[in-house]
Amino acid sequence: MDNIKMQSVDLNAWFGTKQALRDINLSIKTNAVTAIIGPSGCGKSTFIRTLNRMHELAPTAKMTGQILLDNQNIYNPTVDPVMIRRRVGMVFQKPNPFPTMSIYDNVAAGLKLTGAHKDKNLDDVVKHSLQQATLWDEVKDDLKKPGTSISGGQQQRLCIARAIALQPEVILMDEPTSALDPIASAKIERLIVELKKNYTVAIVTHNMQQASRVSDYTAFMYLGSLIEFGATKDIFESPKNQLTEKYLTGEFG
Amino acid sequence: MRTNIFKKLDLHSYKLRKFKNKIFYILCLSCIIVAIVPLLSILFEVILRGAPAINLQFLTGNGLHGGIGPAIQGTVILIGLTGAIGIPIGILTGVYLSEYGTNKYATWIRSINDILTGFPSIIVGITAYSLIVIGLIGRFSPMAGAAALSFMLIPIVARTTEESLKLVPNSAREAAMALGIHRWRTIISIILPSAKGGLITGTLLAVARIAGETAPILLTIMGSNFFFQGFSAPMDALPLRIYLNSQLHTQIAQTQAWGAALVLILIVLTLNIGVRLASNNRYRKITR
Ligand SMILES: Nc1ncnc2c1ncn2[C@@H]1O[C@H](COP(=O)(O)OP(=O)(O)O)[C@@H](O)[C@H]1O
Ligand SMILES: [Mg+2]
Repeated sequence: MDNIKMQSVDLNAWFGTKQALRDINLSIKTNAVTAIIGPSGCGKSTFIRTLNRMHELAPTAKMTGQILLDNQNIYNPTVDPVMIRRRVGMVFQKPNPFPTMSIYDNVAAGLKLTGAHKDKNLDDVVKHSLQQATLWDEVKDDLKKPGTSISGGQQQRLCIARAIALQPEVILMDEPTSALDPIASAKIERLIVELKKNYTVAIVTHNMQQASRVSDYTAFMYLGSLIEFGATKDIFESPKNQLTEKYLTGEFG
Repeated sequence: MRTNIFKKLDLHSYKLRKFKNKIFYILCLSCIIVAIVPLLSILFEVILRGAPAINLQFLTGNGLHGGIGPAIQGTVILIGLTGAIGIPIGILTGVYLSEYGTNKYATWIRSINDILTGFPSIIVGITAYSLIVIGLIGRFSPMAGAAALSFMLIPIVARTTEESLKLVPNSAREAAMALGIHRWRTIISIILPSAKGGLITGTLLAVARIAGETAPILLTIMGSNFFFQGFSAPMDALPLRIYLNSQLHTQIAQTQAWGAALVLILIVLTLNIGVRLASNNRYRKITR
């Protein structure tokens, strides 16, 4: 029980009248990579966006159930969603560095704009975060350049550094490599495996090979429901559910 | 056989299309000429008639010495005051519409804003006259003029602000939100800086447009021969000076009106061209 970092309990979510998630009960283990796979539109993004309370930002979004972070319901009315988002960071599908900011400022933005930088040495945090995101060596001489001036893969690692700088406990990634070429993707994948030493990672991907390479646990979703969840090895080698097997063998998706 | 027929048909319809194309092109061109010729002729006329009036005495002297110094000063003051009142309110309205504007209040504000943008300026003038000049202050006042002009400036600035902010990709807002940055912080430190170019251009163009308005100031600052006399005294301004002088039938008054018109056009054009040059430079920087 103590190695569970986050957990969804009877989670249902809607956009207007359209139900996007149905009774999802899923645990995300500490210092492990959990992959969420499934065909497009099955609710993967919706699910991880409930984990940092980004789901509720969509105008018609609704949800029921609980999301526990260290056994505390983050949807408790007394909880400030902004504080949750500082503990649960997120990396998006398309690299989205802040266009008006330099590489340095992008990494520092989270600290500076949340007022959390006062007792910290920003230079150290920036350097450390870029190192952890395996970007430091490539940009250390160009920290003043715009964050949008580097390649797509570097921008995505910059976004990971930006998330790391706030020292979140969990990092959510929504198809972080789907806009990148294979070489840049491979770098990100190696980075994800590194990250789990210090963070808990949940990654959405529709690339099954990626899930099998980087993750310790895999959840397979279909039409808003969680079909199967388990150790990645078990899911890929001996799926229990027929749907999972069909998806993994490429019969649909 | 078949191919031959098709070739013939094709050639025929091709010629027809080319012909239609040409007609349409000529139509467009003539419309452009119809629009541009009066504009250029106005410009020529103003330069031709206004240039002889211009000298140092004319630009800096007060009304009693045949100068339009008070009018230039008044226009500058009006631009400053109007900007100081109208730009912040306009930008905040635009921010609200773009960043918080999914509720029904915003829909209302947006409609009202659109109506105000096309509001007859003489009515704005009369309203400011009865509410401020007669009601609030009891005198003609630069403040009343600035209030009337702000009333016209705010909806334009609000609209351009909303449009510029909407051009900032949503991914920037999401990225900030996911970092646990508060909404107001995101707007001030990320959204507004990203939209800076469009904001500055749009706002200054709106100011340039307002600078030439006559009706709202006609009934609020009244016009004066003297330099700035304080906030509860009449003041002069270029559009007003042009209007008042053109009513007089002396040769001198007429020439002065043309001179004032030239100065006003130069101010407005400088603002316009300056803004466009500056924003062009910036776009080049971004693409580089
Ligand atoms: N903002 C939204 N408004 C309305 N419907 C949405 C929105 N986002 C997603 N959906 C719908 O919710 C379902 C799940 O979407 P999503 O979680 O994005 O799927 P996935 O990430 O697995 O491709 C889809 O049917 C999608 O059309
Ligand atoms: Mg998705």
